[in-house]
Amino acid sequence: MSAPTMSRTDRDALARRPWRGHVREYDLFKELTVALVVVGLVIVGLSAIVGSPDEPSVTLKSWAQAQPADFVATATAELGGTSETAGYGPPYNTTADATQTIGAFDLQSFSGVQLPIDTAQDLVITPLTTLNTPPNAALVFLNDAAATEKADWTAAYTDALTNAPDNDPAQVAAGDYGPVPVLADSLLTMASQGSLDGVLNAQQTFYNSDYTRTILFLGDGAYFGDLATAARLTGDQWGMMNETGNTPGQSWLWLFSFWYQIEPFASAPNADLLVVLLMLVLSVLLTLVPFIPGLRDIPRWIPIHRLIWRDYYKKRAAGRS
Amino acid sequence: MHSLISYFASLDSPGVYLGFGAFQIQLGNLIVIIVMLLLFVLALFLPFPSGKERP
Amino acid sequence: MSIREDRKTEPVEEYYTWTGKARGWLLKHLPADKLLPQDQPSYVASWIYVFGMGAIVSLVFIVISGVVLSLNGPAWYHVSDFGHFVNSVHLWSVELFFITMVVHLWGKYWMAAWRGGRTLTWITGMAAFLVSIVAAFTGYLLQTNFDSQWIAFEGKDALNASGIGAWFNVANLGQIFGFHIVLLPLAVGAVVALHVILVRMHGVVPPIDAAETDAQLQGATDQTEATR
Repeated sequence: MSAPTMSRTDRDALARRPWRGHVREYDLFKELTVALVVVGLVIVGLSAIVGSPDEPSVTLKSWAQAQPADFVATATAELGGTSETAGYGPPYNTTADATQTIGAFDLQSFSGVQLPIDTAQDLVITPLTTLNTPPNAALVFLNDAAATEKADWTAAYTDALTNAPDNDPAQVAAGDYGPVPVLADSLLTMASQGSLDGVLNAQQTFYNSDYTRTILFLGDGAYFGDLATAARLTGDQWGMMNETGNTPGQSWLWLFSFWYQIEPFASAPNADLLVVLLMLVLSVLLTLVPFIPGLRDIPRWIPIHRLIWRDYYKKRAAGRS
Repeated sequence: MHSLISYFASLDSPGVYLGFGAFQIQLGNLIVIIVMLLLFVLALFLPFPSGKERP
Repeated sequence: MSIREDRKTEPVEEYYTWTGKARGWLLKHLPADKLLPQDQPSYVASWIYVFGMGAIVSLVFIVISGVVLSLNGPAWYHVSDFGHFVNSVHLWSVELFFITMVVHLWGKYWMAAWRGGRTLTWITGMAAFLVSIVAAFTGYLLQTNFDSQWIAFEGKDALNASGIGAWFNVANLGQIFGFHIVLLPLAVGAVVALHVILVRMHGVVPPIDAAETDAQLQGATDQTEATR
């Protein structure tokens, strides 16, 4: 342990100077070459034996075919503006009190609505109008209705679907749902046939690499989330650090994932903001360890270094009279 | 070896998870963490070849 | 190199241009024998010291496999056996990169390697870690499979909550591709290069509590603070 009378500057002085003492031969390029070969063999070996996972992507088509009831329920929510995306707030839309805040601290509103999505228009109505035979009667009926009427229809149909056996649209109770069942069913057919994926993404252009709409639509349903839960990828399953199957995932995100497992974060509506800020603070602290008394002294208090430099400490006494 | 390969070949099936209650860790991740700890401990304890002292 | 070295005995060449001054600075702080040494202090004798090199070498494999993947486009590895192999190489070199980097971090912490003016070395090392995590995140978004779909859907929340989701749209494959194969590799490369240069400049940190009276420092030819 250090002599208590030495100041930090005294202790540091030797570390500051270039080393003038005994040296040993060192071949940087040889070490680099050996490392390349050894690490290369390990990587190639693991790649050949273990490989990597590749769970095929979900499409609106596969969703519509696997869980049509869930698709219809989601389409209804998008039409009625009651889906999670519809109430998300910036950057997709303006929704009162939707953002994640800490008191008045509201970062989410910072960008404004830069990726505007009107769920009823963009996810349901516009795609339907691109069909060769769009459900015109239903679309006109919807368009001519008052906002409150639309809201009532979608709410009523949502309830009816929830109460129907197996949530099956074909078995909903009779009621006044306006054009909503026809529109939702048309969208289901469009999705099952595979054209909705392309139309929703490309928005009638040829190229598009922006999958925002499809991802949000998928996420608003239960199907996508259920698949993720089965693969242990959700936030409260340490999902952030997991990978599909048995390959290791991002174990370095262990602490980021950890916070979502415990209160107050687990049930906080602003959990993401809290965790991001917390991880930012901890990362800054770790980066600035040299400046933090206590944290920077732990290596002296718990002397693991005596193992690393045991050879040095054993031989150092010979120089003392 | 074949069983090892076929085990990993089922990569796209739900993974093996170990743990209790809320704390469930994926086997792959657990192995990585154990390997890191092992490498650290081994690095501390394994003797290092003495080099050529140079003037 | 300490900035306290001010008692030089050899004549100093005059540098009167920006280029000249840069050369002078480099010659003083990173002369050839520091950049490409043939020896190292005798206390650098532990397996803990190989992990920095291990991380750099893993990074080499990440870049090589990444270049092959990007030159074939993000959907290639789904339809090609060789592509799938290269994808595996990319994944495992990333796992090894983080494994070696973390063990390197642990070692450096317990050695208090920031001592002796090596604060910036520590900071650049941490920066490399953090930037690598961001780079890895963008990589996972490019898998064009179920995992990347889910990661995009979940990841958007953290970015949107931080107010930057509009400019860093995880669902926009084209945008994330640009971040992952251009911006972030350059950032990681720059930080790692700076980190390595700082290590070469300052040398490997001596043992905690090393003292001038130690045997290893007796009989040293030159104990003054002159430049090499």
